Amino acid sequence: MQKFTEITGIVAPMDRPNVDTDAIIPKQYLKSIKRSGFGPNAFDDWRYLDPGEPGMDHSKRRPNPEFVLNQKPYDQATILLARENFGCGSSREHAVWALDDFGFRAVIAPSFADIFFNNSFKSGMLPIVLDATVVEQLFKEVESDKGYQLTIDLESQKISKPNGDVIPFEVDEFRKYCLLNGLDDIGLTLKHAADIRTYEETRKQQAPWLF
Amino acid sequence: MTARTLYDKLWDAHVVRTEEDGTALIYIDRHLIHEVTSPQAFEGLRLANRGPWRTDSLLAVPDHNVPTTSRNEAITDPVAKLQVDTLEQNCQEFSITEFNMGDIRQGIVHVIGPEQGATLPGMTVVCGDSHTSTHGAFGALAHGVGTSEVEHVMATQCLIQNKMKNMLVSVDGQVQPGITAKDIVLAIIGKIGTAGGNGYAIEFAGEAIADLSMEGRMTVCNMAIEGGARAGMVAVDQTTIDYVKGRPYAPTGEVWDRAVAAWTDLKSDEGAHFDKVVRLDAASIQPQVTWGTSPEMEVAIDANVPDPESEADEVKANGMRKALAYMDLKAGMPVTAIQLDKVFIGSCTNSRIEDMRAAAAVAKGRKVAANIKLAMVVPGSGLVKQQAEAEGLDVIFKEAGFEWREPGCSMCLAMNADRLEPGERCASTSNRNFEGRQGQGGRTHLVSPAMAAAAAVTGHFINVNDL
Ligand code: SF4
Repeated sequence: MQKFTEITGIVAPMDRPNVDTDAIIPKQYLKSIKRSGFGPNAFDDWRYLDPGEPGMDHSKRRPNPEFVLNQKPYDQATILLARENFGCGSSREHAVWALDDFGFRAVIAPSFADIFFNNSFKSGMLPIVLDATVVEQLFKEVESDKGYQLTIDLESQKISKPNGDVIPFEVDEFRKYCLLNGLDDIGLTLKHAADIRTYEETRKQQAPWLF
Repeated sequence: MTARTLYDKLWDAHVVRTEEDGTALIYIDRHLIHEVTSPQAFEGLRLANRGPWRTDSLLAVPDHNVPTTSRNEAITDPVAKLQVDTLEQNCQEFSITEFNMGDIRQGIVHVIGPEQGATLPGMTVVCGDSHTSTHGAFGALAHGVGTSEVEHVMATQCLIQNKMKNMLVSVDGQVQPGITAKDIVLAIIGKIGTAGGNGYAIEFAGEAIADLSMEGRMTVCNMAIEGGARAGMVAVDQTTIDYVKGRPYAPTGEVWDRAVAAWTDLKSDEGAHFDKVVRLDAASIQPQVTWGTSPEMEVAIDANVPDPESEADEVKANGMRKALAYMDLKAGMPVTAIQLDKVFIGSCTNSRIEDMRAAAAVAKGRKVAANIKLAMVVPGSGLVKQQAEAEGLDVIFKEAGFEWREPGCSMCLAMNADRLEPGERCASTSNRNFEGRQGQGGRTHLVSPAMAAAAAVTGHFINVNDL
């Protein structure tokens, strides 16, 4: 997993609630058996005017000029600013892979759907929950300043604004540790293999029908 | 001992260890896999030179991509075929049981688990699919996971989890005649909102839930995720035990008796603490129809499409305007005036035998309306299909003009050939009405099987009780 320590980047605003994972990466692209290559199809239905299928040369398709990520400088954005319940719907981790492949490293929103939130950390993407009023203020600032940038420092759990203001944020200790170090959590869990076996032994006695 | 909720009990029974910050390793009893979210997990195992911790906890089935036309035909889409073949190869390589396309037991992963007794009360169940919440109907802790977690569970039999909060949704009293589990759950989502359950495990309770069959409870738990909750569950009672008894993967003999004794404790204790409690009056629930592009955008059949101008919250009103534009609907128009192009009866929400029966009861002796281009019925599994055919339901559907298909996810998410064309409007018994869910530019209205069949035979939405 890629490490996340500190990033400074352009913030792209996505001003709608309940952005679902079907919208982030439409189903036809889920047929891939790979973990990469989803970037050109992030937000496919919103991003292009013509319908897309896997295997197409997406650089030849007609981009929708109205869509925020097709506009400069947001095509270079690394931080996505979103509304309530971002990432709801399907559990597809492809949604995180697509955002990551597009270039995003962090998403800021007042709330996230649980599975998306969880999936993000697995690919080194940082989802940050901020108070709705703080997010609202960020939307205002982004709208009035194209190319607006934020700096996110995971170690100190702080976001710095261009004017020097600092917004603190919360993150789980364990998840922070894994992100900062780019750790594979399967390896970490397997360090507790003996505990897992002990659990299984006890459980087999109590509930043999589970084995 | 302090009073515990059903979720507390399931959690406590599965904790392998807890870290100082509360993060826990949770043991997983049943892991269901399908072709779409597993290939990268198997690839990860191979790259790290790891194998599955417990092969007998795994059960695999292809469902998302499979065609619903004749099973004798090969999959024509080469990308989909590769994915289905990859699942088969992975299962062979790691000695995992798979119900492949030629197997009568093949079907939608959330239909076959319970049908086989592979989902049992008291289990932890995961699958790389958000509708894993379905299995919570059995008093199990069941939720969807991402592909990295699929790999993690395969490699370690555990999941790294933080405990969720407890929410009780109580549907008090009895529903009116003709009101189904689907109407109940849509009403619940309308009330709590699509983010209402974020961070919670929901226990569905109350007289109306206890009155439901296991299949009805599965429909309700299936859509817990549409209310934002990863896990939904219902306490174990006699209905649960009667359903599980005699299924292929269920215990037998003396072990069965021990299991039943243990399962009777799978309910919330008197006085257990819930962080949030929501109550609905069952009698006030009407047949539901969604009008927008989020499952919370629902109304009763006799209502009108709502008006964003009367919504005080500006972010919400904006979402409503976008939804109305996408759905090509006018605020204030009666829901019964909405004309349809297609009807889809199927999906892990509503493709079990009782759903088939409910739809057939409406279709019987009627004809699909002239404006409906396609009305299709897709049973949830080969065994559901077989049962329906034994009862003659397929004949009823075909005589009425419905297509009777092979099992799979089908037009629920349109990864196979079954889909909406741009602008087409569909009455669907599935669980998501997101933009493009059933095909790019397609418009989805979520309803119960009986309401979908009623829409098919009249060509527009109608209260099934008024037919
Ligand atoms: S039927 Fe639909 S919701 Fe259910 S598992 Fe298949 S695609 Fe997902």
